[in-house]
Amino acid sequence: MFDILGIASRNLLRYRRRTTLTLLLIVIGMVAVLLFIAVAGSFRAMMVGQITDSVLGHLQVHRKGYVASIDNLPLNLNMKPQMVAKVEDALQANPAVETWSPRVKFGGMFSNFAETTSIRVNGIDPAREAATTPLLPGRMIEGDKSGALVGRGQIVIPLLLARGMKTKVGDTVVVVATNRDGSVNGKTFVVRGILESVTGPGGRDGYVHIDDARELLRMNEAEVSEIAVRLKDFSRLDRTTGQIRAVLEGVTSKEGKPVLETHSWADLSPFANLARMIDLMTLFIKVVLVSIVLVSVMNVMIMAVFERIREIGTIAAIGTPPSRILSLFLAEGLMLGLVGTVAGTLLSLVAIFGINLWSPTFNFGQQQNLVMAPTIAGGDVLTIAALVVIVAIVASLQPAWKASRMDPITALRHV
Amino acid sequence: MSLVQASNLTKTYRVGDIDVPAIKGIDFAIEASSFVAFVGPSGSGKSTLLNMVGCLDHPSSGTLKVLDTDIATLDRRAAARFRGEHIGFVFQDFNLIPVLTVFENVEYPLRMVQEWPAAKRREQVLRMLDAVGMSDQADKRPDQISGGQKQRVAVARALVSQPKLVLADEPTANLDHDTAYRILELMKKMRDEFGTTFIFSTHDPKIMGEAEVTFTLEDGRLMTNSNGGRHV
Repeated sequence: MFDILGIASRNLLRYRRRTTLTLLLIVIGMVAVLLFIAVAGSFRAMMVGQITDSVLGHLQVHRKGYVASIDNLPLNLNMKPQMVAKVEDALQANPAVETWSPRVKFGGMFSNFAETTSIRVNGIDPAREAATTPLLPGRMIEGDKSGALVGRGQIVIPLLLARGMKTKVGDTVVVVATNRDGSVNGKTFVVRGILESVTGPGGRDGYVHIDDARELLRMNEAEVSEIAVRLKDFSRLDRTTGQIRAVLEGVTSKEGKPVLETHSWADLSPFANLARMIDLMTLFIKVVLVSIVLVSVMNVMIMAVFERIREIGTIAAIGTPPSRILSLFLAEGLMLGLVGTVAGTLLSLVAIFGINLWSPTFNFGQQQNLVMAPTIAGGDVLTIAALVVIVAIVASLQPAWKASRMDPITALRHV
Repeated sequence: MSLVQASNLTKTYRVGDIDVPAIKGIDFAIEASSFVAFVGPSGSGKSTLLNMVGCLDHPSSGTLKVLDTDIATLDRRAAARFRGEHIGFVFQDFNLIPVLTVFENVEYPLRMVQEWPAAKRREQVLRMLDAVGMSDQADKRPDQISGGQKQRVAVARALVSQPKLVLADEPTANLDHDTAYRILELMKKMRDEFGTTFIFSTHDPKIMGEAEVTFTLEDGRLMTNSNGGRHV
């Protein structure tokens, strides 16, 4: 094998310019793919992190039908305390769950005594909410960030609302809401802070204490609109969502129908489609890389076989087994793939390191000055590297097979 | 037992719809350790005959036995194995591998065909290079040596695996007269030293006389056999 690789490398060096150009193509392809994966992957991870860690949580549990009507924030589809207890039992029993936060969600009117507008509000337990969505307190751009996110009698409002209503931290405002029976109730709050808006559902909601929400809505019992759940390991999201869903489907009505529904963040956020698009683009660019490697290596190997027909005839005539002739040409493809992969990987890692040092910023929706910090998993690097090497070998197969099957007499006569 | 024995041997090529006979029913026998030439004008069938003796091609009919093996029974892989074990080749254009040094070219059959152990291989290659007078050029590439030197290397490569038979198709065609003689002298010397049978083809009348046994081919037929100038 070592002999074959040695001869293969010499044959590649024989056509230095052609080999260099082919390697350059492979290297450029590898760098493009790895950089794209690193940048797009980091962007994806950052956006998913923003959405899950500052608004949605990793997954949510609702009463059946709530998500379909979520735009109306229907109070009649809140979970009753018994249901909440069953959900909490299920979450408690699952070791992948880190924590969860119950929310009471409602729509109401927000008044600063001069103007009135609509508002969507989350009633939360501040400590549990901060544990479930740890980036939420960081979104507060005005107001004291220390301590609980909201206390009793306080409200945190989204930036757009504060700007539109010219409301500042410390102002007193009134929130008016209709309860499930249709009666209207109002409650005064002091503005505790102003939240930066984020992309996606709930990204422009206000927050009050859960007890204030229940009081405003005149709830007789501790109803909950949704339970946001945080997992210990985000990579186990699909499996854990499935497990929780399976358990909660066992909670049924008198008619035997499930009364609860479980959704991962991807089911709830339109950004999931963007994330899927990024995955699709990554796949597409991998296909482009495969095509580049396939075409360039195949071209080189076809030329190599064509230019060395007499040589093939000679080694075949002196008794080189066809399998060894096949190996000689496959080894050339392998060497091209290996060298291109190593050079491409090193260059990509240097480029990723350079971008991290440079730390360029970008804006996404309402979010300004997000720092681009591309990272790439070792598994992704290995997958791409293996893909390139395998494709290089596959691209050499046809020319190598042709060489190994060549009739020595015809090959020796070739001019 | 003859080293090579042909009986009513024919070879016909099909060109389009037409059958073109290249060898038309010939019989001959070649003894071990002989120095044999197939002579004749271009198109007389010399190369076709050598290709069949070298197990590179199959006869259309008749029998051809090399080292008591009917070459018609060998498939592609078996033929390659047989060539690797028993037959050496010297080509008109030398056909050295350009990316390998002189040493590596001679070493090639031992390394890539027969897989000799490294120490034994080195000893044998040095012995052969010494025998053909190329020891001092061992590290050079084929493009750094002359045509005559290339053919010496080719002879060494053909002999390195100690084959019973070496086939040389027009081995002197690309060499000047003096060099051609020296190569034939070298081949004879190798035959004397190693007992290898040499069969070469040529259409050059000036070197035909160097062979101890000459077969004259014309239009695919064996016209005369001579032994040291005597008709046999």
